[in-house]
Amino acid sequence: MISMYLTGNSWLHRTPAGLKLLLVAVASLLLFQVTSPWVFLPCLTVVVGLYATLGREGLAQLKLLRGLTVFFGILLLLHWVSGTLLEGFAVILRLIVLVLAANLVSVTTRMDDMLEAVMPLFKPLEWFGYSARKPALGVALVLRFAPHMMQIFSRLREAYQSRSGSRNSWRLLPPLAIQCLRMSDNVADALRARGGSEGLSDR
Amino acid sequence: MADRSLVHIAFYAALIAALGLVPPVAIPFLGGVPITAQTLGVMLAGVMLGPVRGALAVLLFLFLVALGAPFLAGGRGGLGVFASPSVGFLIGWPVGAFVAGWIMQVTSRLNILVAAGLSAAVGGIGVVYLFGIPGVAYMANLSLEKAALGSAIYIPGDLVKVVITALVVQTVARGLPGAVLSRG
Repeated sequence: MISMYLTGNSWLHRTPAGLKLLLVAVASLLLFQVTSPWVFLPCLTVVVGLYATLGREGLAQLKLLRGLTVFFGILLLLHWVSGTLLEGFAVILRLIVLVLAANLVSVTTRMDDMLEAVMPLFKPLEWFGYSARKPALGVALVLRFAPHMMQIFSRLREAYQSRSGSRNSWRLLPPLAIQCLRMSDNVADALRARGGSEGLSDR
Repeated sequence: MADRSLVHIAFYAALIAALGLVPPVAIPFLGGVPITAQTLGVMLAGVMLGPVRGALAVLLFLFLVALGAPFLAGGRGGLGVFASPSVGFLIGWPVGAFVAGWIMQVTSRLNILVAAGLSAAVGGIGVVYLFGIPGVAYMANLSLEKAALGSAIYIPGDLVKVVITALVVQTVARGLPGAVLSRG
């Protein structure tokens, strides 16, 4: 299954997902109270150190910061213009620490473990008469739909390319939407035929 | 909630994911700012599904991203994106889809092309930036004006997406009228 998860068996992988989520949430709340750049440097060292314990593949994860470099550049420029350069550095360091820490949970936790860990949050749905299993079923449906849609899209695109020579056009979207909507109707029928999202066993 | 609704919600969540995988297009006359198709999916979800289901579809999509699916444009995903400066836009998406769906419902007497364009513009641009700009300002400690200035480069691309949304919705309404659930 496609995900950010990095296969491995480090101590971070073995830590329960719920605990990791809780720690990241607390750390994020605390870091937002801090304004001094000097506090963030040790934090950054710790986070990068944690990535290092995952080995070379862990450190390769740091490249996700590359997508933010342009933003950081503009940010520094804006803070420099308003004469708050030091604050600009603090903000950037905080963002780096927060993003890296949150991402660390994602790369060391499998998606189903994560889903398992947050399922209790959906318990309140039952008070209103909805099944708490519906979000999980929704997740499964999306993961099955998305690749199938890409398949329909590439088939439409190949046909369009052989007709017109050009590769992409917004004109592909309406047939894509119509074909996919037909498919989703079939899936809804199939789901009902199998007892619906509540499942037969629960009734 | 009927099973059919759940399937529709999952369907649009998957559509947002699939559109995120479409490679970004840099439009020369817009200064080469790359635009991704992802927010097109957010607009479509709201306009096609109506307020509640549209917002739920976007929430389901964001839930998958939070669980670690690399579904955001550029293959991003995981909890890290919710700590990044653009988190305000992500929060704005479900609200934007809700507003788009709501406008679509109250303008049910208007021509569908006009109504879809209006809904997508107000929900998909207005509301999304209403959340996105303060988000950038807060995460980056900038003034609102500076954050707005930095975000404005994406607005032309979003306007293109509004036009596409309107055209797609109109075509689907012709080909498969029952599919425009916001008008059902």
